[in-house]
Amino acid sequence: MLRKISYFVILILAMVGITILMVMMNGVDFLSLRNLKSMSFQLPELGILTLAMMIAMLTSGINLSIIATANLSGIVMALILTKVFPAGSPLAGSIWVSLFAIFAGIGVGAIVGILNGFLIAVVDISPILATLGTMIMIKGISVVITEGYVISGFPQLILAIGNKSILGIPNPMLIFLLCAGIMAVILNRTPLGTRIYLLGSNPTACLYSGVNNKKVLFKTYIISGIYSGVAAMIMISRFNSAKADYGESYLLQTVLAAVLGGISAVGGFGRVSGLIISLVIMQMISSGLNLLGVSNFMTIALWGIILILVMVFKHILEKLVIKKQAA
Amino acid sequence: MKKLLYRHETYVFLAIIVFITVVSVINPAFLTLENLFDLLKSVSLMGTFAIGMLFVLISGGIDISFTAIATVSGYTIAVLLLRIGYHLNIFLVFLIAAVIGIALGLINALIIHNFKMPSIITTIATQNIFYGILMVITNGTWLYGFPVWFGDFATIRVFTFYTKGGLPFGLSIVTVIWILLILISWFILKYTVLGRGIYAMGGNTLSAKRAGFNLFRLTMFVYGWMGLMAGIGSVIQALLVQTVAPNSLVGKEMDVIAAVVLGGASLAGGSGSVLGMILGVTLISLLSNGMTIMRVPAVWYDVVIGLVIIISAGASAYRRKIFTRRKVITEQPSAGGQSAT
Repeated sequence: MLRKISYFVILILAMVGITILMVMMNGVDFLSLRNLKSMSFQLPELGILTLAMMIAMLTSGINLSIIATANLSGIVMALILTKVFPAGSPLAGSIWVSLFAIFAGIGVGAIVGILNGFLIAVVDISPILATLGTMIMIKGISVVITEGYVISGFPQLILAIGNKSILGIPNPMLIFLLCAGIMAVILNRTPLGTRIYLLGSNPTACLYSGVNNKKVLFKTYIISGIYSGVAAMIMISRFNSAKADYGESYLLQTVLAAVLGGISAVGGFGRVSGLIISLVIMQMISSGLNLLGVSNFMTIALWGIILILVMVFKHILEKLVIKKQAA
Repeated sequence: MKKLLYRHETYVFLAIIVFITVVSVINPAFLTLENLFDLLKSVSLMGTFAIGMLFVLISGGIDISFTAIATVSGYTIAVLLLRIGYHLNIFLVFLIAAVIGIALGLINALIIHNFKMPSIITTIATQNIFYGILMVITNGTWLYGFPVWFGDFATIRVFTFYTKGGLPFGLSIVTVIWILLILISWFILKYTVLGRGIYAMGGNTLSAKRAGFNLFRLTMFVYGWMGLMAGIGSVIQALLVQTVAPNSLVGKEMDVIAAVVLGGASLAGGSGSVLGMILGVTLISLLSNGMTIMRVPAVWYDVVIGLVIIISAGASAYRRKIFTRRKVITEQPSAGGQSAT
């Protein structure tokens, strides 16, 4: 118990520290409404993808196919919006077409999830290898469909998802909060959540407690796929286009964000709250350095440094706790 | 014979044979010496990285940062070649790249060992750090226009043939370097205490410690070796394309991992072989080379490679399942099987 609280405290302290640092470097402007708003437009893409990564990591797996899945979902949405109902056709731009496109795209995510679940739970391939294979194959399918080109030009309704606000809160942020809330409920308030944590900490014990491990894995990767589909919706809206290789650099960053948020790399531990704080930390570094006009790559380097520092602190803290218990 | 059937390598080898047969039936140009040497040359880069990755995977770890390490060392030698290129020679270039590679690899090892951090997390973080800092300093500029001797070295052939049109081809020096590295690796893994220690550490860390292996030294060696291969690989890359582009390697780490795992190295550690690694790398390179020769449209490459990975991983997992079931039923210790040879 002490350990969990302590890590959360480290994260909060890191967040406060970075806020102070950024305010010192950028002036109070850093906390202006405008900047906060622009940050909450940017955070959700990585945020929702990280949730997709998190649930796989909790079962001591990993899902390398999230970005490829999101791109394929986005391409399916884009095709429905522009090719099946092209501008000028009677239904184009209507809310029904947009809804149909979104559900079809998210459905594609779920199908990929079923495929991953099948490979991991039934065929028994290790998650990293199975999702590596699906990642390459799904990206390939996207390339075949689009022939490498960009699909663009969406109706206003779709563009509003990523670029408008409701009551001053950006839509992507609302969607992210909803997704995070649902994930928290799944993990903490449903039998599935308990089983996911149990499976992640000890699969054998989980099996002998009467849990159908295969079913849990299936559901995990389907949820992961669905979340990738939701991320796709925000991505195509913000880019106003879809392509086979958007956001590839996000892949390892989602693992980084998840681990920084306290998700154990070997499974079984981690909460949505920690994840949100880690995303806020990463977004503040990114926006703060951007305001200073520093290269984006400095942001990436700093993310790495912060991750290592936080993990080192955690390690030292754990050692202290063990010493205290021994004494 | 039965022993062969249990070995993963046998299946990869069969897959390669089947694929070669199919391609050469469709286009006989595939089975020529010229194409073979070409293939060997292009395998060498991925193959060098794969040697390092093999050691890391056997030890039970994983290294995502090697592409960033290779980028840093490649960029450094490129800058040196442009600034003081005429005072350098090829040995110095390899030496400098090796030193940078080993140094960055040892940083990984120190963090992993001292803070007990999972290797995947550590190396994702260090990849960000190495690559991020390099890009901040260099702005991602491409470097080219190296000294003539550097270009000449790349074209050295150990023996030379001529095509009907009079064009020379043969065993490239780059391939020779790769083969040398393979022989050294094979020797280390098979015949030294160090190699046995790496297998032991990957198989069961605690047992390895109790058996008296120095885990710190093993970790340092494994990640240092990966760094060394990344450094040498960066020189090979520079030799092959005569250009150093900071964004040409990062992002491709998963291809190398896939190739090595395809060759039978387990992500859980403790198993994997040099032969399997060679077969895995060959299969991946054959796929793209063969598809080019069969005139498969380029957009289909990823689909096929992904399918091959899934099918071969599936077959291997299925075989493992059957094998363990048999073991449980007969209650006999396995004879041969997926041993670490």
